Amino acid sequence: MRRNILNWLEHRTGLETALKKFLYEEIPASAGWPQVFGSLALFLFLTQAFTGILLAFNYAPTPGDAYNSVRYIVTELTGGRLIRGLHHWGASLMIVVVALHMTQVFLYGAYKKPREATWLAGVVLLLFTLTYGLTGYLLPWDNRAYWGTVVTTGIATKTPLIGPYLSRLLGGDGAIGVVTFARFYTLHVLLLPLLTTFLIALHVYLVRKHGVAPAPGDTGTTKKFFPGQFFKDTVAIFVAFAALFVVAVFAQAPLGRLADPTDTTLVPRPEWYFLFLFQILKVFEGPLEVVGSTLLPLLAILALISVPFVDRGRLRRLRDRTAAFGVVALALVGWTGLTLTALVSSPTGSPAAEGEISAPGAWPQLSPEELAGVGYFRQEACASCHNLGPGPAKIGPNLGAAAIRKSAAWMIDHFKRPSQMVPGSAMPAIQLNDSQLNALAAFLLKLTPQNARELEAAPAFAVDGALLYQTNRCGVCHTVNGVGMRVGPVLNGLAQRRSREWVEKHFLDPQAVSPGSIMPPYKFTPREMGQIVSYLLALP
Amino acid sequence: MGEHPDSHRRSFLLGAIYGFWGLIAAALGVPAAAYLLLPPRTRKEAEWVEAGELRRLETGVPAQWVFRRNRVDGWKLTSEKASAWMLKLAPDKIIAFAPQCTHLGCAYRWEEQKQQFVCPCHSSAFSKEGQVLSGPAPRPLDRFQVRIQGDKVTLGPLEKRVEPSA
Repeated sequence: MRRNILNWLEHRTGLETALKKFLYEEIPASAGWPQVFGSLALFLFLTQAFTGILLAFNYAPTPGDAYNSVRYIVTELTGGRLIRGLHHWGASLMIVVVALHMTQVFLYGAYKKPREATWLAGVVLLLFTLTYGLTGYLLPWDNRAYWGTVVTTGIATKTPLIGPYLSRLLGGDGAIGVVTFARFYTLHVLLLPLLTTFLIALHVYLVRKHGVAPAPGDTGTTKKFFPGQFFKDTVAIFVAFAALFVVAVFAQAPLGRLADPTDTTLVPRPEWYFLFLFQILKVFEGPLEVVGSTLLPLLAILALISVPFVDRGRLRRLRDRTAAFGVVALALVGWTGLTLTALVSSPTGSPAAEGEISAPGAWPQLSPEELAGVGYFRQEACASCHNLGPGPAKIGPNLGAAAIRKSAAWMIDHFKRPSQMVPGSAMPAIQLNDSQLNALAAFLLKLTPQNARELEAAPAFAVDGALLYQTNRCGVCHTVNGVGMRVGPVLNGLAQRRSREWVEKHFLDPQAVSPGSIMPPYKFTPREMGQIVSYLLALP
Repeated sequence: MGEHPDSHRRSFLLGAIYGFWGLIAAALGVPAAAYLLLPPRTRKEAEWVEAGELRRLETGVPAQWVFRRNRVDGWKLTSEKASAWMLKLAPDKIIAFAPQCTHLGCAYRWEEQKQQFVCPCHSSAFSKEGQVLSGPAPRPLDRFQVRIQGDKVTLGPLEKRVEPSA
């Protein structure tokens, strides 16, 4: 039965013959472990494609939505964190493997005639790999992504002659926004994969056409690709994949806060494989900047391209290729030095912006307005999307995080028109009047990582009492916690002066218990009366 | 043939090749399947929403209430218009029907003359209490959980379906 199907397939497509031809290709007997990196790079490319497609199933490629959908993938979907991890760390591994592949080919002189075209295709594939990293970096649309891309497009803009055109091509005319995002996304998921697939096909075709390059000093004997070399490739692929998998499981791919063009606390840093470029840029200042941003990278690419045309001598034994080893060692030392310098000079941890934040303690220290803000926070169910303290991640940012420092004016504008202040925000507009929004903002301004939990847990009677205090504008005559007017008495410490009955009676008919008072009577419902009196009596 | 040392080596290599690729395929395939097929982790707190005032309802007369509700839609929280068909049976007993026909989800309406809920799509008809009278609908109308607090009527998630005993 199986044979029949295979025979039918073979007769109609020639698949079996083609596969056998591919697997039983003759390769130099000297080939072995050093030759596994090409297959490994191909495997990693396919894994990136696979995980990338999975991510795209739940990804919205527009600013703002992009961030929320990535958050959704990693917090709500089973396996989402793992798949994003595989894609994120896989990109880094891909760079490492491509570099190793090139180094091996370079050391073995495998680019020499007639394999120049194979080498050139490989150089372009290397540049593609780096471009994937560059464009993919923006797609989570978090702060890191945003600011990283601001710098990248800035460098592109400064390229002599073609800078302005490049900038327009990247949609970065002035600011990073929807256009740049769409361009990067299209490059990352449409254009680059198409071109890469074509170039990989060409690269592999050329490898097959010219045969795997024999090691220097090879005697000319051959062996079959399958199963010996295929086994070695498989082992290498398995080891690399297992390492990637473990990293993806245990190391969370970074996702910062939603991109914020007004944030000044973040220090943008590129991915580790671009750090050397970043460091070079620091060396060349002023008019010399173009040397670091354009000239040197361009020279490096030209050097790579010219390798097979400069080194045209006969193939020599590995141990005689001192010049080649020297070049690799020099490149490695230079790269490592620059990368390490960049790492050392990078600030670690979160920015220290906590100094000026006062620690107000628990809810009795809040002004009635701030405490009423807690009430509006609950009333509007803000907690269904925002945490105030630690807890499982939610759609919106953690409002208790120290990093979130906004002015009251910013917050109120944001409450009214969320997406205008934070492009792409998924938050619905809050339907409260201005004084209520003021109260909400006042409360949020008081939040710190230390007090968030305690404030969130303020008792209902106090919050309701503060809401009543606000809506009845008691602060026009009274002071609580130093906030308000002094027409009437300060209400702190009321419990030491008056009984509950007295306060209740006073609300209903102020003049009856305190003759001469100018306070109007307040007809609270019994429930409201209980709340406001309890609140006032609880004031320190 | 099978005793030849080369043949031993070959079957070892083949076994290892199949084994390694099988592991890789499983490590990629299982998470991918879970990612695509399992539902998103749901939020714990059920959304209760204030739908309207009790006094707006006349006993025994179904009325459609329209209100606003926040709905989590994938990675978005949308504030959207929602509705329910309300029926007051007694001052403290209210039914809130989900506004979709249980057949294919069309919006049904109340026909005053027939005293029936009728779906315009495939002519399913339901009684005032939501029982299927005719048409392809597979089960009675779905109901929201209802809470009455003073004059306020709040609606929660759908009630657990009670399978009709055929």
